[in-house]
Amino acid sequence: MAETVFARPQALADVTTHYCPGCTHGVIHRLVAEVIDELGVRERTVGIAPVGCSVLAYNYFATDFHEAAHGRAPAVATGVKRARPDLIVFSYQGDGDLASIGMAEIIHCANRGEKVTVVFVNNAIYGMTGGQMAPTTLPGQVATTCQLGRDVATAGHPIRVAELISTLRTPAFVARASVHNPLVAVHAKEMLRRAFRYQVEGVCFSLVEILSTCPTNWGIPPAESTSWLEKNMLPYYPVGIFKTPESGSREPRPLPA
Amino acid sequence: MQRDVIMAGFGGQGILLIGKMLAYAGMHAGKEVSWLPSYGPEMRGGTCNCTVVISDQPVGSPVIRSPRAVLAMNLPSLEKFEPNLRPGGLLLINTSLISRGSSRDDLNVVEVPANQIATELGNPRAANMVALGAYLGATDVVDLERVIEVIRETFAGKPALVDLNIEALRRGHQLGAAHKVAEA
Amino acid sequence: MTKKLMKGSEAIGEAAVQSGCKLFFGYPITPQNEIPEYMSMRLPQVGGTFVQAESEVAASNMIYGAAGSGERVMTSSSSPGISLMAEGISYLAGSELPVVIVNIVRAGPGLGGILPSQGDYFQATKGLGHGDFRVLVLAPWSVQEAADLVQDAFDLADYYRNPVMVLGDGLIGQMMEPVEFRSDRTPIKELPPKTWAATGCDGSRPTNIINSLFLDPEELERHNHKLKAKYDRMVADEIRVATYGAEGDFDVLIVAYGTVARVCSTAIDELREEGLRVALLRPITLFPFPYEAVREAAVQARAVLVVELSSGQMIEDVQLALARSRPVHFLNRMGGMLVSPDEVVAKAKAILDGRSAEVFHG
Repeated sequence: MAETVFARPQALADVTTHYCPGCTHGVIHRLVAEVIDELGVRERTVGIAPVGCSVLAYNYFATDFHEAAHGRAPAVATGVKRARPDLIVFSYQGDGDLASIGMAEIIHCANRGEKVTVVFVNNAIYGMTGGQMAPTTLPGQVATTCQLGRDVATAGHPIRVAELISTLRTPAFVARASVHNPLVAVHAKEMLRRAFRYQVEGVCFSLVEILSTCPTNWGIPPAESTSWLEKNMLPYYPVGIFKTPESGSREPRPLPA
Repeated sequence: MQRDVIMAGFGGQGILLIGKMLAYAGMHAGKEVSWLPSYGPEMRGGTCNCTVVISDQPVGSPVIRSPRAVLAMNLPSLEKFEPNLRPGGLLLINTSLISRGSSRDDLNVVEVPANQIATELGNPRAANMVALGAYLGATDVVDLERVIEVIRETFAGKPALVDLNIEALRRGHQLGAAHKVAEA
Repeated sequence: MTKKLMKGSEAIGEAAVQSGCKLFFGYPITPQNEIPEYMSMRLPQVGGTFVQAESEVAASNMIYGAAGSGERVMTSSSSPGISLMAEGISYLAGSELPVVIVNIVRAGPGLGGILPSQGDYFQATKGLGHGDFRVLVLAPWSVQEAADLVQDAFDLADYYRNPVMVLGDGLIGQMMEPVEFRSDRTPIKELPPKTWAATGCDGSRPTNIINSLFLDPEELERHNHKLKAKYDRMVADEIRVATYGAEGDFDVLIVAYGTVARVCSTAIDELREEGLRVALLRPITLFPFPYEAVREAAVQARAVLVVELSSGQMIEDVQLALARSRPVHFLNRMGGMLVSPDEVVAKAKAILDGRSAEVFHG
């Protein structure tokens, strides 16, 4: 009798997504769903969808969901978790949503130490609205609102969210991962697993930044987008763990006498 | 019948407190009451005032532009509220801090050396109680005993202050009772 | 239960607690800080949670999450903060979530001042956010009524699955008056279980999705029709008015709401003592507005006087109700200045003597 070795995770709805060819949202959805299944928390998981390409995430997961206003998913997650601490609450947000319009909400959600998990998808561009410059767009990278490439003299440098959040003193799990090839995707899943486990155990806020491709708005073929990510994004956005609840925080050093 | 009073002074003189105590006592006496503070950016140290209405009927306007009584604990308060008093109204002046008398001749004026009396009793901070007592004595709005009950409740956590405040209230009451004003 | 002397803000908070409100999300702004302060102290005593949000924007989205989880939740703010909450309120209305929002109105526009005003009437009744929605708006005139209306607001919010706003002003918030909470109070509506809440799905039902996004225009139009039908039910069933001095005949009908109506009631007492026949009609629900009640009451009167702490907002609804069948006069103060009973008395006399001019707003 044949053994099933690969199937759709239960937490993933049996529908076709609207994502573009070569976009890694689908992979990230699947990894999140696998982790939810493996932790056995699907029946008490509530997701928060953002505004952006993943706005319809609530159709793709087989869990209850809230659709949040643009950038406010961490505030909605706070409301859900405070109302029902027994639920497993995760937000799924892109870079415009989280790092631009929702910067206040994510910082304060993390700083309060809300026991929620944030899946932060960074593809260095606005997707749904058509390729505008994001807070994470790389220096010199072309977008529809910086057609000569991002000028750091006027637009500033791209924001490294994982590093930024990890400076907060409140205990948290903060990591960055990528899914542009199967090997790094295994690491990404491990980061997600740790992030959700910290919540299940009631330990801390957790955030996993996951680098993602956007062939459509980067204007390059899907096959090339993974190498573009590797070549351009990885050096600026290194993967790894930036903070764990055990690692504590970098304490300020007193001034020399 | 409705009674109303605007109590005013420096922040920190305990104006809002005696206004609240009067409202409490009125409520305990079965009357309809409202207590309305001034509020503004000056959280501490500025001028402050409150309006207390005590009535047999549901209180209409809690805002009183022409009060029946004014308790002025400092000069700015006297200058601000004296002109608005109804003719024949009651004006209580804290003569310990205000060196002038009333500038109107159609008011019932009671001069209360509130700080001086409180100091004689051993604590100048009880000046507000002396003033409240004088208002009660002049108007009989609420029985003195009702207010004494409220003092016992208010200072339940600080028993050392109970007797002092009751004594201050009584001293003010005696002073006010010598100047009864029926309609204020 | 006995009467307690309470500040309006505290009474509003306690009323929420008595209603089973377990969550409060808010941000400091004068003159309503006593509400979040009270809730931060009181909610932990009943197993509830208080969160000071990083902004009103965040607070309005936190209540969205909590309400979508099926819990009773409240926020409060004052005018500029309510503007920031407009985003969340629109999403709450679109997603049909029950919340209670208290606006202790201050004078505007912009930062304006911190003293009482009724300048948010249009915002509350007609434009509390983008899109096509309404919220129930309740306007108390006393501390006791504020407490009662907050309790009713939770029932109405749950019943209609809609935000309910309690619209007060700095006087309501700061004033102390005796308040009684009835221990035998029962809900004013039959409240069905919140089977729509997103509380985790075990597969025995389809997933519950709290959502206001409808990309298919036909689907969205159906949703709009459904919301409209709900607002029509509110209009049919929820209008509340009170009158003062309207038992006998009267020549002038005053229309005023909130604390301004209190001031008018004192003026009416004084006018009656002089034999002048003036009555008050006080809308308690601002949405739905009591058009019919205004029209019926005005039939008796020679003229109508609207008194407001604004440049003229509710007066437009009064004019709509009267359709020019009666002359409408207007008395107002702005900027945090209050109308006094004397001013109302003088205006009513001027109307009776033919010295006041009719106005038309719109």
